[in-house]
Amino acid sequence: MHIPDGFLNTGTTVAAWAISAGGLGYAVRKVNRELGERQVPMMGVTAAFIFAAQMLNFTVAGGTSGHLLGGALAAILLGPWPAMLVLTSVLVVQALLFQDGGLLALGANILNMAVIGVLVGWITYMGLRRLLGEKPWATLISGFAAAWLSVVIAALACAVELALSGTSPWQVAVPAMGLVHMLIGIGEGLITAAVLAFLKVTRPDLLSLHQKASQA
Amino acid sequence: MDIFKRYWWIAGLLVAILLALLSPLASPHPDGLERVAEDTGFIERAQDAPFQIIPDYVFPGIENEAVATIIAGILGTLIVFGLGYGLALALHRREHQPPHGA
Repeated sequence: MHIPDGFLNTGTTVAAWAISAGGLGYAVRKVNRELGERQVPMMGVTAAFIFAAQMLNFTVAGGTSGHLLGGALAAILLGPWPAMLVLTSVLVVQALLFQDGGLLALGANILNMAVIGVLVGWITYMGLRRLLGEKPWATLISGFAAAWLSVVIAALACAVELALSGTSPWQVAVPAMGLVHMLIGIGEGLITAAVLAFLKVTRPDLLSLHQKASQA
Repeated sequence: MDIFKRYWWIAGLLVAILLALLSPLASPHPDGLERVAEDTGFIERAQDAPFQIIPDYVFPGIENEAVATIIAGILGTLIVFGLGYGLALALHRREHQPPHGA
């Protein structure tokens, strides 16, 4: 759901940049204070994985595709603040080098996917983990739900921006964006849960890097 | 195996590059936003970028589109890895330095 230039009006563009800049400024301060040594390579690997996975569009329904956004996955692996910077790095490279997502619209794309997507994924994951406790499937179920919801809410944020810009009326943009991303979110949830399952089996210590870092 | 414990991130980067190798198999259909824009009639508002470097994840000047896509994918994966790693390296807490305010 990378918004190209031309879809958003000036007011929405500026507001999105301002909110994103505020979120990223806070994230930089938090990362500066809390990021542990062992999380350094994890930020690189997560960014690389999300970039590559975002190229792999999967078909969801008659002539529509989706791809991983990765906000929830990054938040689960790194915590929300490093995850915001990782998603932003991916979006900046996509916009500057690959002409995927507009340059002016980058602020809105960062807001939807790096700020809102990450925060929704993180809050949902933490809430469900608390609710489910130490049940064996807690990580995977929470990861799936967090990923699904992060995509749907990011899509709704995009719909709100389109409506505020006068590009698409509310009653059209909100249900259309919401419905198609409820499907795409299933793919997001499955990929996120698969990565978490793989790490749980191979390197469970990597799943709790950020908890250790914040306790240290 | 200590070496695997320490250099796990190389395995992680290899997985990402492996995914980039699969990129020519990606679904060619428009994504969710493009689909909505087409169906509800605002796709023509989209403007082209003022400059093009590797548009559509196809490295320019290579005849074979699958190869051009893979090269674009691997290049992007490595650049983003470097950016994420570099950002983390620049920002992370120095273990031997006293914490702020101490």
